[in-house]
Amino acid sequence: MRLKRSMRWEARTLAPIISLFLLIVGTALVVPGFLKLSIVDGHIYGSLIDILHRSTPTALIALGMAVVIGTKGIDLSVGAIIAICGAVTAVLTASTELHPLIVLGCAVLVGMVCGLWNGTLVAVFGIQPIVATLILMVAGRGIAQMITGGQIVTFHSDFINAIGNGFFMGLPARVVLAAVIIAITVLVLRKTALGMFLEAVGGNSETSRLVGIDSKLLILMVYVFSGFCAALAGVIIAADIRGADANNAGLWLELDAILAVVIAGASLSGGRIYLGLTIVGALIIQTLTTAILTSGLPAQYNLIVKASIILLVLLLQSKVTQDFIKARVQSFRRASDA
Amino acid sequence: MTDVNQPPLLSIEHINKRFPGVRALNDVSLTFHSGEVHALLGENGAGKSTLIKVLTGIYAKDSGDITLDGRKVHIKNSQDAQNSGIRTVYQEINLIPTMTVAENLTLLDQPRRFGMIRWRSAQSQAREMLARVGLDIDPNSLLVSHSIAVQQMVAIARALGSKARLLILDEPTASLDSDEIARLFDLMRQLKAQGMAIIFVTHFLDQVYAISDTISVLRNGSHVGTFKTSALSQTELVGHMLGKDLDMLQHEQRDITETEEKPVVLSLSQVGKTGMLKPVDLNLRQGEIVGLAGLLGSGRTELCELAYGAARSDQGSKTWLGQSLPINTPKQAIEQGIAYCPEDRKHRGIIAELSVRENLILALQSSRGWWSRIPMAEQQAVVSEFIERLSIKTSDMEKPIGELSGGNQQKVILARWLVTNPKLLILDEPTRGIDVGAHHDILNIIRELCEEGMSLLVASSEVEEIVAFAHRVVVLRDRGKVSEIVGNQISQKSIIQAIAQ
Repeated sequence: MRLKRSMRWEARTLAPIISLFLLIVGTALVVPGFLKLSIVDGHIYGSLIDILHRSTPTALIALGMAVVIGTKGIDLSVGAIIAICGAVTAVLTASTELHPLIVLGCAVLVGMVCGLWNGTLVAVFGIQPIVATLILMVAGRGIAQMITGGQIVTFHSDFINAIGNGFFMGLPARVVLAAVIIAITVLVLRKTALGMFLEAVGGNSETSRLVGIDSKLLILMVYVFSGFCAALAGVIIAADIRGADANNAGLWLELDAILAVVIAGASLSGGRIYLGLTIVGALIIQTLTTAILTSGLPAQYNLIVKASIILLVLLLQSKVTQDFIKARVQSFRRASDA
Repeated sequence: MTDVNQPPLLSIEHINKRFPGVRALNDVSLTFHSGEVHALLGENGAGKSTLIKVLTGIYAKDSGDITLDGRKVHIKNSQDAQNSGIRTVYQEINLIPTMTVAENLTLLDQPRRFGMIRWRSAQSQAREMLARVGLDIDPNSLLVSHSIAVQQMVAIARALGSKARLLILDEPTASLDSDEIARLFDLMRQLKAQGMAIIFVTHFLDQVYAISDTISVLRNGSHVGTFKTSALSQTELVGHMLGKDLDMLQHEQRDITETEEKPVVLSLSQVGKTGMLKPVDLNLRQGEIVGLAGLLGSGRTELCELAYGAARSDQGSKTWLGQSLPINTPKQAIEQGIAYCPEDRKHRGIIAELSVRENLILALQSSRGWWSRIPMAEQQAVVSEFIERLSIKTSDMEKPIGELSGGNQQKVILARWLVTNPKLLILDEPTRGIDVGAHHDILNIIRELCEEGMSLLVASSEVEEIVAFAHRVVVLRDRGKVSEIVGNQISQKSIIQAIAQ
């Protein structure tokens, strides 16, 4: 988004895009057929589509996280909210006759109430975001277990299963759903002044107060939005496995989301929201996982390789590295001039 | 009292210190005697902090000599200063609030045996240190459980340590109430009697006269003079601090525009806030510039804050255009057409990560609400208009404002409010820390705005600046209004006399 707005193609902004590109090209060299797309029954299949499919939950919560981090906050509870909303979806579908849309609405509402709880702690009571959301991060899985009665609840509903594994216009339905949410978010943030206000609050809350911006309400809304995104991710994950696993659904996913925001180049000290690049960050994380798994690397190396490559991306983004590279390039030019 | 014939404990000669573009200390020579409280005075940027930092080894001097007890010393870091017996207590208490008093006192010098801390002897050591400053508190209590004044005393106790000879107190009274100040002064007198040399930095003139023996004034990095406190009148002192020779200042003739008949825009009646500002009356007329004069810490900023609603007053009432209105928050103020450029540009003015355009448009956008975003084309038109009108130097309106110079940042903040077309503009130190060119530009803008009928409330530490544009001057002192000077009574002389009275 910032690219379009300011047309400043800085190295910082380009780094995630180039990284994703190199990652895909690199994997394609190692894994034959990685780039291959085929159409079966009008549905597109292939490793790239699989990456999109698998990355939707991370991309959705990363979207919420990007906005939260932009206001100098953080939301550690999204993984737990995924578990809660997954549990709500499963229990309501399995044990009531409610229309799937109403079930979906309930799950999303529960996610937003969770966000409201976080937002209230942060905006009204002034608790540090990391602590405030830690509470729900810990308690949330307990709540999810209470909803499911401590068991893995399985369910069947054609409508909800379609959200997990169905197709829409040839593409996975969940990818389309996530894309729509992302597009709406971008529009709302950039076609209204909301994005600028959020960045202003994150960049300097005192200045924002002095120009009359109601930062409390904005911060409250941001956590509600993050809860909304997590609820959708929760429904998708539950629909994917046709059941709710209170202990494992969305486990540690909040960390992937934070990572995606960081890869996008946002600072945890707030002030900038990069929505498009955050999605690129989420794709990088998923591409890595898929690439490692399909390249036949022994599974035990998976996490180490993933961490190393992400470290590389972050080092490339660091100002120290970029200044170093710039200085090297300049001295090289001078040497070749002479 | 100081014995003049006694050789000085510490003397500094021809100290110079330069920073890029600034001559922070210019050939400063001073002497400090044992058993003397030596007040170091000067307005912002006078060089007090730099001098203290040179003495405590935080900055390296460019040239000059420091002589302690007749021997030349080289203070290269704070350890050297400590070893030389030079100890400092800063305004911001440099202790760790979550640790106990004893832990704070012995942090750097814990009694150990076999590498293990001996807590029992640490405690008795702490007790001795507290006794020296006459504090009777439990060394095992947490530092935060004590008042700021007691924490300040603990900081002094730590600074004194075992072999302090020169104690530097950098604005120690800024957050103390009058009883606490009295207690601190008792301690200072006691230390003086024991032969300690004390350098006392403060902005409160009453305190200078209450406690100090000698006064040295710095201005723009130069030493203006050193005086016996008993032989220097307050008016002379203020004149020295502000760089005005009173006898040279004439009542300059001024053209006074007729603002007396214009309607009152904002009226404050006994507006104040406990611990911040004593109740103040103030009337601001349309097209009038009211200057707020006073030394640092006199309450200028506080009055601006209360007038705007950046801080909520707990006394008095406000009237806006004849109507009694609640103006208690920035939002309410903006709705009525009041704008405010705060003094602390970095922390309260700019949003460093956001672009020049975003910073400039922020207040206008905020007054319109988030849903009605100003179209990009309109934003760009407004921003380029103001970049040109205020001659803001930036390569590109999308550049983060943090990358601009101070003067250009200030112009952007000014433009931020001008685009909202306010009826009243409150400027707190609009020319602080900016280059000469921008300084000149901003003064011209202020005059133009006033001619267009805008009312201005301008706080400034530069008396001549206030004299140059104000129709009325409110003089503040010790967080209260002391007088109001109107029309052709306004001169540098009358203002300085009012500040010092």
